[in-house]
Amino acid sequence: MAIETLIIWLIPLPPFLAFFLIILFTNKNKMLSHGLGVGAAILSWLGSMFVIYKALTDDHFSAFEGTLKWLPIGESTDTWFSIGVMIDPLGATVLFFVSITIFMIFLYSIGYHNFGQPKGDKDQPGLPPHGATIKQGKGKSITVPSIEPLYARFFAFLSLFAFGMYLLVVSDNLLTMFVGWEIMGLCSYLLIGFWYGKKSARDAAIKAFMTTRIGDVFMLLGIVFLYTATGTLTFREIFTEETLAALAGAPAILGLSAAGAISLLLFIGTIGKSAQWPLHVWLPDAMEGPTPVSAMIHAATMVSAGVYALIRMFPLLTADFSGHGLTTAMSIIAFIGAFTALFAATIAVAQNDIKRVLAYSTISQLGFMIAALGIGAYVAAVFHLVTHAFFKALLFLGSGSVIHGMEHGVLHTGKHKVDPQNMFNMGGLRTKMPVTFWTFLIGGFALSGFPVITAGFWSKDEILADAWGNGHMVVFITLAIAAFLTAFYTMRQITLTFLGKPRTKEAGHAHETPWTMTVPLVILSVFAIGFGWVGIPEHFPVLGGILPNWFHNFVGHTLTHPPEVLKFDIVPLATSLVVALGGLGFGYLAYRNVKSPADDKLQISVLKNKWYFDEIYDFIFVKPAYWVSETLIYKWIDRGLIDGILHSFGTVIGFLGYSIRKYFDLKLINDFFSDGSARVTQWFGGRLQPIQTGHIQQYMLASLGLIIIIGGILLSLLVQ
Amino acid sequence: MEFFLQPLTLVTFFPLLGVLLLFFLPSDKKNLLRWTAMGFTLGTLGISLWVLELFNAPNPHLQLVAKYDWITVAGWNIQYHMGVDGLSILLLLLTTFLTPISIFSTWTAVEERVKEFMIFFLMLEIGMVGVFLAQDLFLFYVFWEFTLIPMYFLIGIWGGPRRIYAAIKFFLYTMAGSGLMLLALLGPGIEGKTFSLPDLISSGGIPTNTQFWLFLAFTAAFAIKVPMWPLHSWLPDAHVEAPTAGSVILAGVLLKMGTYGFLRFNIPLFPQAAVDLAPWMALFATIGILYGAALAFAQSDVKKLVAYSSVSHLGFVILGLFALNPEGISGAILQMFNHGISTGALFLLVGMIYEQTHTREIKVYGGLWKITPVFGTVMLIVALSSMGLPGLNGFIGEFTILLGAFGSTAINNPWYAGLSALGIIMAAIYILTMFQNMFLGPEGSIVEELKKRGHVLRDLNRREIIIMIPMLIFIFWVGLYPKPFFDLIGPTVDNLVAALQTTTLALP
Repeated sequence: MAIETLIIWLIPLPPFLAFFLIILFTNKNKMLSHGLGVGAAILSWLGSMFVIYKALTDDHFSAFEGTLKWLPIGESTDTWFSIGVMIDPLGATVLFFVSITIFMIFLYSIGYHNFGQPKGDKDQPGLPPHGATIKQGKGKSITVPSIEPLYARFFAFLSLFAFGMYLLVVSDNLLTMFVGWEIMGLCSYLLIGFWYGKKSARDAAIKAFMTTRIGDVFMLLGIVFLYTATGTLTFREIFTEETLAALAGAPAILGLSAAGAISLLLFIGTIGKSAQWPLHVWLPDAMEGPTPVSAMIHAATMVSAGVYALIRMFPLLTADFSGHGLTTAMSIIAFIGAFTALFAATIAVAQNDIKRVLAYSTISQLGFMIAALGIGAYVAAVFHLVTHAFFKALLFLGSGSVIHGMEHGVLHTGKHKVDPQNMFNMGGLRTKMPVTFWTFLIGGFALSGFPVITAGFWSKDEILADAWGNGHMVVFITLAIAAFLTAFYTMRQITLTFLGKPRTKEAGHAHETPWTMTVPLVILSVFAIGFGWVGIPEHFPVLGGILPNWFHNFVGHTLTHPPEVLKFDIVPLATSLVVALGGLGFGYLAYRNVKSPADDKLQISVLKNKWYFDEIYDFIFVKPAYWVSETLIYKWIDRGLIDGILHSFGTVIGFLGYSIRKYFDLKLINDFFSDGSARVTQWFGGRLQPIQTGHIQQYMLASLGLIIIIGGILLSLLVQ
Repeated sequence: MEFFLQPLTLVTFFPLLGVLLLFFLPSDKKNLLRWTAMGFTLGTLGISLWVLELFNAPNPHLQLVAKYDWITVAGWNIQYHMGVDGLSILLLLLTTFLTPISIFSTWTAVEERVKEFMIFFLMLEIGMVGVFLAQDLFLFYVFWEFTLIPMYFLIGIWGGPRRIYAAIKFFLYTMAGSGLMLLALLGPGIEGKTFSLPDLISSGGIPTNTQFWLFLAFTAAFAIKVPMWPLHSWLPDAHVEAPTAGSVILAGVLLKMGTYGFLRFNIPLFPQAAVDLAPWMALFATIGILYGAALAFAQSDVKKLVAYSSVSHLGFVILGLFALNPEGISGAILQMFNHGISTGALFLLVGMIYEQTHTREIKVYGGLWKITPVFGTVMLIVALSSMGLPGLNGFIGEFTILLGAFGSTAINNPWYAGLSALGIIMAAIYILTMFQNMFLGPEGSIVEELKKRGHVLRDLNRREIIIMIPMLIFIFWVGLYPKPFFDLIGPTVDNLVAALQTTTLALP
């Protein structure tokens, strides 16, 4: 085994070990716990970097692979379900951003959970810390942030999550990928519900798990379908020309080919995990979790994993794609992606919670990637996946830093009613929290696609160029409008949060956060800018060709037939420029003087209420589910019908016994025979009722007797 | 003497020594009685491990056979015929493993009539082990009925308030099924002048339409035991009223007797009928999966919830069995084992809290995770295993069953696999809702009430932790590295499926 393959095997292990060590041994010691967690994250990061370095320096790099037999299955015990690891250019790219963001978020969590601060006065496990009072000299006392009560548990869960994500990335087959996928789902559940003392957090956790699980089960069916059709789940074996051709040729249902049907089933998993419409409802609520969780799970890694899975399956998705006219499966995917991109962006415009804006923005941006895949723009989707992971993690961590700063202010004034996440309570944080401001600005501009400098510009531009270049006008226009809204709500957020004057006392007393929180911000902002430069199109005016379009070459070679480089066209570029700058400009102009929600013209109730999807789902799914299970099935069918029939047997037999006694026993036998024999039959008739009253032993005897009699008769028949 | 030293005879009847000894022990020495019963069940576990050691996994045929003439009348022959193969070895181990665990769980739960309780429990073990090892139809029937009596008393004497109703319902239901089975097993017996299962199978050639009727008669008995929809309604009552140890054995082992019966008798004896009726079995299995899951969701009683979830989970086992391919059957066997572990563990945990609070109403609980962290954590792991989270045991079983059912030529309709997968979603819903309501959130009213009575909810004690650790080990072991388990099952299943293919017309 080559050294790089060995390292790939080892990458997921440190967080896994850290999880168990923290849970079992160090859960009382906060310093050791975060030491283990961060140490594991560093080890995995180093391993990842080594593998990526090896991949980059290998001129003929196609993939590093290794396999192990795991689950014996199939016709004979010789056929095995092998599990293995594989890092190809796509894997290396994903590993790159995953390992960096995970490391950063671990580091950030130390500061976020107030390491080094005293224990809170009234803090309880399952609730966010409320602050601690410490006495200073002269009888004065001040309130400072207090440490998270379940500090160690947080790092344990986060480590398990990291394990799931690494497992997913290094897997060479759908099965272990699915295992990682589900472990992340579990951790997402546990971490959203981390402050389980809050009802909103509990509800959000269960909602997230349920919704994604719906997608997961369809994905599982897709996996089962794929296995039935091909006999393998290993990517390398599925993505051979023959297998793909066979799958593309085999009809399945509704006019789809097997390849199309499987892709769609797997795609439903992505819809759940990446929070696409119509399974998007869980992600905004998931913001109830601690902010590092939002950054890690709900921006940079887990939701990206949904898109990653679809990217992985791209050869299958396009197996029956001839290059002209999208297949049914691809059209559906393109539609869902583009629709989600626009739909989520409209909601983001009207949200006031700093994290919820980002949540809807994440849904929207993931929609961009899905739409790109739907129209066959492979490299563009991967590119946007990476850049988005960097800048969205940056924005989330930035928002966490803002909230932290605001909480400082809240503790200072002691007014706990003030919501530190509401952007209308902020304003003017630019001067109070300069590092946070500048990094947030970079992240925001990257998200908006601020031209040339930021990474978001290059990746979003590439998606638009692809849509335009291949003539998918509807997708192009939808995404362009979504991009405009993106820039608009981002600027709204920046303006409300950082610019102008503080609108509350709390904002006035906000405070820059410690280095463990700001250092990750700075590092991520470097990537939020710099990562765009690796993928500048060759034919781009002036800049094109100065740096080679390295990203396209590298990632493109994941596919057997690397995609062609698109010709340059001025229309999509002009569109990108107009929507980005226009959105930013409008956002600033519209919100520079807004003081309260009342001044905000976009607080439209249909947008504020997220197009009423929660209410609609409650009406058509949740309520009927309760009625069907509790009333229809339990009360009426199970207890009423089935048990009713059963009890009627008892009644009938009891009645039979009673009738025999009354009409046969008493009349016939009593009249004709002596009292002695009557008493015997009376005993017998009366004993027919125990079926209802509980003297089962006699019944046992009776049935035993019956069995002996029947057996005897049969025996005698046979002997003859 | 040779008769008694056969490993399979020994593992079956070893508890009988315990029964005899218990008869002579004083009733008031409760701990002595407990430890005696414990000792004998641990001894049985030891012997079953010896059987495992002797068991040669790659050999697909019956092993360690013990065969003696028992009742010989007029040219036909009832034999004492025991044997073990890949179909039964895991269930044997599951039985001998769960019995001491269950007994250990009664330490403080059963204070009344300890002596009788232990005697019945040991008798139950004899019956269960016998069922899994018997290779003669008549002998099988004897063991089958033998399990009924102790279980009836366990529910009827040590059960909850409605124990009489539950016990009778349990008894009548099962009796009705096994009566039909008795008549049915006389059929092939008369036909072939023997009750020996291997002989009957190898002689082959039960006419196709006879197969059909005999298949249905056996199905009546097994379907009630599993229980399959719509014959399930005895199960929730029996579970709710049974004492914890009874529930564990009921869910863990007794229900498996039904699924095992399908596997051991229906499929090899009536292969043509099995193939022809596979779509119907799949249909009923799928209905059971969804129906059980929906009912589990509707329950306010935690034990009932687990009971209905069993209906749902065992639907998967039936679906896998009647996929009639190696994936489906291997998955089903493993899932029987998994269900025994996961649901057994759930009942144990519910029993542990019930012992303190004496209520099973979900709504009086809340916030238990904070009060009893170890209990909460163990419960979460077991719950996740029960809902099939990858990395834990349930997933491996469900996944292989779905693989089998989806591609099955016998069922010949992937929609059953598709619909049954909805059961997995529903499992997540009812289990997590239960976890949320009981373990998260604000403290439930029961905490306050207990305080008034001067009790404080305690976390798991050392004995309870010792009980749960082996369960957790299996949950992770099967989930992470299922190979040793499949190695035990695989060869026999391959053999069974190969035989099916040669004896039936419909399978390609």
